[in-house]
Amino acid sequence: MINPAVLRKLSEIAGKKHYLDSVEDRISYSYDGTPLLSSLPDAIVIPQTKEEISAILALANEEHFAIVPRGSGSGLSGGSIPVDNSIVMLMSHWNRILEVDTENLTVLVQPGVITADIHTAVEKLGLFYPPDPGSMNICTIGGNVAENAGGLRGLKYGVTKNYVLGLETVLPSGEIIVSGGKVVKDVAGYNLKDFFVGSEGTLGVFTKILLKLIPKPDTSKTMLAFFQTRNAAADAVSAIIAAHIIPATIEFLDQTTIKCVEEYAHLGLPTSIESLLLIEVDGRAAIVDEDAARVAELCMKHRCIEMRVAQSEADAIRLKTARRAAFSALARVRPTTILEDVTVPRSEITSMLDRIDRIAKQHDVVFGIFGHAGDGNLHPTCLTDERNFDEIRRAESAFEEIFHESIKLGGTITGEHGTGLAKKKFLAAAAGVPAVEMMKSIKSSIDPNGVLNPGKIFSIKPKCEGNLPRNRDQIKKFEELGAWT
Amino acid sequence: MNGFIGADIPSNDFITNCMHCGLCLPTCPTFSLTGLEKSSPRGRIRMMKAVSDGALEITDGFAEEMNFCLDCQACETACPAGVKYGSLVEAARSQIFTQGRVSGLEKTLKKFFFGYIFASKKRLRFLAKVLRFYQRSGIEKLLSMTGLFSLLIPKIGKLQQLSPRIDKQFFDETFPEIIRPAGEVKHRVAFLSGCIMNLAFTEVNRDTVEVLLRNGCEIIIPRTQECCGSLQAHNGDIESARKLARRNIDIFSKFDFDAIVMNSAGCGAFMKEYEHCLAKDEQYAEQARAFSAKVKDLTEFLLSIDFEKPSHPLNVRVAYHDACHLAHAQHITSEPRAILNSIPGIDLVELPESAWCCGSAGIYNVVRHDDSMKLLERKMRNVEATGAEIIVANNPGCLSQMNYGLKTHNISGEVIHIATILNRAYRQ
Repeated sequence: MINPAVLRKLSEIAGKKHYLDSVEDRISYSYDGTPLLSSLPDAIVIPQTKEEISAILALANEEHFAIVPRGSGSGLSGGSIPVDNSIVMLMSHWNRILEVDTENLTVLVQPGVITADIHTAVEKLGLFYPPDPGSMNICTIGGNVAENAGGLRGLKYGVTKNYVLGLETVLPSGEIIVSGGKVVKDVAGYNLKDFFVGSEGTLGVFTKILLKLIPKPDTSKTMLAFFQTRNAAADAVSAIIAAHIIPATIEFLDQTTIKCVEEYAHLGLPTSIESLLLIEVDGRAAIVDEDAARVAELCMKHRCIEMRVAQSEADAIRLKTARRAAFSALARVRPTTILEDVTVPRSEITSMLDRIDRIAKQHDVVFGIFGHAGDGNLHPTCLTDERNFDEIRRAESAFEEIFHESIKLGGTITGEHGTGLAKKKFLAAAAGVPAVEMMKSIKSSIDPNGVLNPGKIFSIKPKCEGNLPRNRDQIKKFEELGAWT
Repeated sequence: MNGFIGADIPSNDFITNCMHCGLCLPTCPTFSLTGLEKSSPRGRIRMMKAVSDGALEITDGFAEEMNFCLDCQACETACPAGVKYGSLVEAARSQIFTQGRVSGLEKTLKKFFFGYIFASKKRLRFLAKVLRFYQRSGIEKLLSMTGLFSLLIPKIGKLQQLSPRIDKQFFDETFPEIIRPAGEVKHRVAFLSGCIMNLAFTEVNRDTVEVLLRNGCEIIIPRTQECCGSLQAHNGDIESARKLARRNIDIFSKFDFDAIVMNSAGCGAFMKEYEHCLAKDEQYAEQARAFSAKVKDLTEFLLSIDFEKPSHPLNVRVAYHDACHLAHAQHITSEPRAILNSIPGIDLVELPESAWCCGSAGIYNVVRHDDSMKLLERKMRNVEATGAEIIVANNPGCLSQMNYGLKTHNISGEVIHIATILNRAYRQ
């Protein structure tokens, strides 16, 4: 627990109205979207200015407590779950869109803006911000940048990092830096902003985010392709890419997922089929028609049993919304859904799916699988019950094997959710020990006291070379080295 | 140790079913007011989990957030995992109620209204008569004109404008117990005349009866019927609600009918819940299931019998407001729109955020007046944007709340029930 005198200082900086420490508030900020993990923060602060954030970080360095930044708490790797001796810094109230620059095609936002609100604001002006995570109606852009979030349109348009032009960031020391800007080309020194993208709240707190926009595609066509077997669907995906068509989206759903989504959204999906592809092509009308026809032809050639084309914009949105709800809809089968996001090279999807099947059988656990087939990003979701400890243990060992299989196939342990708490155990296997050491040294040099989201991505062990400290002065020195983390 | 005691406790299965993804957040009116997680469905379920795990007592803070909830159940519609939030929050309120955690004004009001007034038709009728005398004798006018109310107790000054206007004659005083249509009897239906509807919305009830007659229904209005019990259940007094449910089952079962037709979203939703409410009652469980299966909202019923489409046009712009307990609790959204679209001449425009609560929510607009008015303001801004002359809403609470909103926000138009607009079209 943080010393009450320190908490009093915090409430003075933030103001009584923006400082919460009731047990009810602490409970409601003890979790995010990640299953199984939670921990109580000692308090919650809602900073109003960047100077306040700066002062709070300075205090954290002085008094040795940790700060966990939080947007909407929809993350899936535990990035915003409190750690020991920590307070939550709530950023969801920073929700203003500051400027849409139609000449330079940029949008400047505060970190608490909901991603879908950016879409609405810029699309009104004929512009487009492509990243669209499944949780886009609730997640904040600050969280998206911190996690380098992906989405359904990743195949054609890339992920959040491809659209971050500049950041105003409060560093762990409390200093405020601006990196990047409206210029397209900028090679003055290290590309600092890219250090922050995907840093999972460990390197800084964003206060302003500048994003790149592109012209909005004239039109789009959304299709569903039903397949009797999963391999047929995978073959169709390969064939589409091999024909040099890059749809905005190719989403894959297995039978379990189809059943749950149908039960929730009532779209009239056939629940007897083994897999389904949701495909969207976009661009200029003539090209969209041509691509859609080619895609349909290729699907039919690869044993697709039926194609459906969305008849209206509303229809297309309904289909995509249902796909976005897939993860939560799976909780209809069993209450706890552990969702992972192993990502393999596109060519290895079938092989990865087969391995997941085998591993699930070996460990006697049930999976629903869906994902972004077009970019190799799969979401094998273990359907379980957190109250069944034995099954949870089996699920964990199944995931451990799945991660190792993914790495063997040249893939990674996480494509878009982040490492956080959930996958830090496997980071070294995926990234390699020297890379993790480099990450740690970056973290240590920017945040020597480990005040920002410590223990996420990797753990930094207290430094205790030489003799153990004995007297008060020695202990103090030892603590200054970060031993308290 | 589980901090919930007794039989009516939030179900552990339902609590575990919430996988805290947060997809409910943008649909929650109270979360929109505070931006704080504890005022969201996800936060509330987490607090229930804490109580259930013994990590939290039923604190005043816990009670405050459970009662801050409007029980609009918009989060249930949004929840892909199918979490039964309404049932959870009602059970939590029952725990707050039975463990004596309701505070101050709220406790007094709830005890008075649910335990005493609404529990007896006689007392409700007496109160309505007093209110009618007050409203119609000129005392109300006098007090408002002199500004005496606002001067003495500003809150009461506002509240009295919100209370429904009691009708000259109560609905059940004007109709016999069984009404037969002029022509052939095609359907036999029972009708719940309601408590508030019976006293202050007799026009709506009359329109409903006329619409049903027009469609060949013989209508049974059991004289001794009771309040449906929804207000009690939604406010934590589940035992009183069960008593009313049992009495209603007894009373209605004396008659023979195909359906029980409801014109109040809140009552309909709760009567459909009788089967869950009495599931553990050995004597009534079976009857309750049969009873609930027969409960149909008016719009649902009309569509199921291929109702008569009006032939004369009503040239008017209409917007439809989804009452929470119709859209979220009963999943009825397309039926009312289909009926409105069947009336020639009507220009039906979509009301933005049509399924967002208007803030009425039973007695919410009395006990949490300021929050309720913020939600009403949001509703009125949306209503104004449609330019509609008529707003259709199928719940008495929404009708009085939104008519009050039109007045205070200086928006021209009227909020009426679907039975009223349909009957207007029939009468053309």
